[in-house]
Amino acid sequence: MAIKTGQRWMLWGLLSTALALYCAEGLLGSDKTLYLPGETSHGHYQIEMACPACHGETGFGGDAVLQDSCVKCHGAELKRADDAHPKSKFTDPRNATRLAVLDARLCITCHAEHVPRRAGVMGVTLAADFCVYCHQDIAKDRKSHQGMKFDGCAAAGCHNYHDNRGLYEDFLTKHAGEPEIVASAWLPARNAVSLLRAGGTYPQTPLGAAAADAPRVQRGDALNSHQWAASGHAAAGVNCSACHQEKQAAGEKIWRERPAYQVCANCHAPEMTGFGAGRHGMRLALNLPAMRPAVARQPMKPLAHDKELNCGSCHRPHEADTRRAAVESCLGCHDDEHSRAYRQSAHFHLWENEINGAAPADSGVSCATCHLPRETRREEGRTRVRVQHNQNDNLRPNEKMLRSVCMHCHGLGYALDALADADLVRANFSGRPARHVESIEMAQRRALEKGKRGGDGPPS
Amino acid sequence: MKIAKMKMVSVLPLVAVSMALAGCGEEKAAQTGISPQVMADSLFAVMEADRTVYTRLIINRLQNDEKLIKASEHWQDDKALVLPAQMFRYGAERVAEKGAIFSYSLLSLWPVNKQNNPKTETEKAGLQFIADNPGKNYYGEEQLGGTRYFTAVYPDVAVAPACVKCHNDHPDTPRSDFKIGDVMGGVVVRIPLT
Repeated sequence: MAIKTGQRWMLWGLLSTALALYCAEGLLGSDKTLYLPGETSHGHYQIEMACPACHGETGFGGDAVLQDSCVKCHGAELKRADDAHPKSKFTDPRNATRLAVLDARLCITCHAEHVPRRAGVMGVTLAADFCVYCHQDIAKDRKSHQGMKFDGCAAAGCHNYHDNRGLYEDFLTKHAGEPEIVASAWLPARNAVSLLRAGGTYPQTPLGAAAADAPRVQRGDALNSHQWAASGHAAAGVNCSACHQEKQAAGEKIWRERPAYQVCANCHAPEMTGFGAGRHGMRLALNLPAMRPAVARQPMKPLAHDKELNCGSCHRPHEADTRRAAVESCLGCHDDEHSRAYRQSAHFHLWENEINGAAPADSGVSCATCHLPRETRREEGRTRVRVQHNQNDNLRPNEKMLRSVCMHCHGLGYALDALADADLVRANFSGRPARHVESIEMAQRRALEKGKRGGDGPPS
Repeated sequence: MKIAKMKMVSVLPLVAVSMALAGCGEEKAAQTGISPQVMADSLFAVMEADRTVYTRLIINRLQNDEKLIKASEHWQDDKALVLPAQMFRYGAERVAEKGAIFSYSLLSLWPVNKQNNPKTETEKAGLQFIADNPGKNYYGEEQLGGTRYFTAVYPDVAVAPACVKCHNDHPDTPRSDFKIGDVMGGVVVRIPLT
């Protein structure tokens, strides 16, 4: 039966309306899969539904908006890393010919997004020999580099594009000849409490179970109070109301049985910032639903799939034992080869010895030792040790761990070799490095040739 | 000495910079504009003054004379003073980050860092000119990345013992016979003409 013209128009109208509604739902709703041009890289897939995070509110801001977005999330980290190739190195007009080949002013030149088949580790979408574009003459200046291929610059444990804090020549020569394990092999002790006490700003009086100020009806069983009384919070004078009592805009105070994770930031703001910058908290930082192990691309334990990641996933604010977050919390979810091998490793035995009291404090090596490292910084004239809560901060390239982690206990040479051995990393460092990175010897030979003693800095 | 054409420009940012440099808001400048060369010369006057002061009063005094603290390329790790060349580069990078229309860099025919070798033909000609003609500047024009630039090259002179000692002794230096008063390199200032 032939369809009349009017009916055709009606059908067209209905189909167009349906299509428009479908597209609008994709644009305005929370599921924006329809608009994803390709699979998102491992660094960004968690936040791929927050399009404006990268593309701006209009979605069509172009390179400038994308660049701003990159810097907003990664800029501070790059500054801390003393970025070897900051944008400012390339904005001088004398680099115009270079930029015509490779526009190094833009992050997306090397880290294109939504092109998964091209993205390698660290989301680099250029061929591995990209250094050749600017350093093609390196063998003329450095005879030691003759015959080396450019795809090995950043792959052999020698150079990184951004972070070379543990790889520069003077650093290599300064740390040449160090033993595999240094004499004072322990971590910097956390010092927040001692600093606050010394400054006279610490609250003070430790609280006991009887001092708990939760309303009796809200206090729950006695166990909660006693757990809290033994916790660091009680020792710091942080009473129940500090976390559970919420002040409304009108001044009214209400009691939250389960405080929102944001409450933690009232006292732990730097830790929260780090958490929000890494893969555990990046979704929460963008007001997306919390990350769940079920959607992780790394192997996770099935029983943990439905957990939601926030501060309380790893920490138990009512418990005295803050070390749960250093191992048990991690292994409660992570199920990759490296994680599964941890309990058979020498690092774990050191950790066992520490928690059993058989070894000094800060001598054990937990998951957190390497992945949530203790950072020593000068703040207002004082040395402050803080735990970096962005567990991705030093993860890749793994030479970023040299200074923040490995060299607390190991000599530079041994650490370089161990990090360069992918099999050893998978085995959680059970065994010895099967690879050798020659950077230190090369730097020493060059210093010798130049009559330079390594590590002395410029002549005075 | 090659002298560039004195193009008169009335681009507002140039005037604004010149006014800021002069410390006044003269109507005359706004009406007539300033030449790229005057602007470049003015910028260099500030750069050269700051660079000399830092080298003499900070580096030479504290490192070489009083031996209180070293200067080091790795100043963060070594808890040391920033090298004068780094101080200059950090300033240039900060100016670029702030979106200034002009740019500047410190280059040399004998650089410690090979990235500071001259690259463009104007840079090569300018650095050679100021090395061959002490006390004189070089002015030219060049086309880079689709933009025409007024490019000025000024001599960077060893003003203190710290300059010659560090450069002569540095393991990466291609030249180790610098003396006080020698031209060790050049400051290149670029101003877009279009």
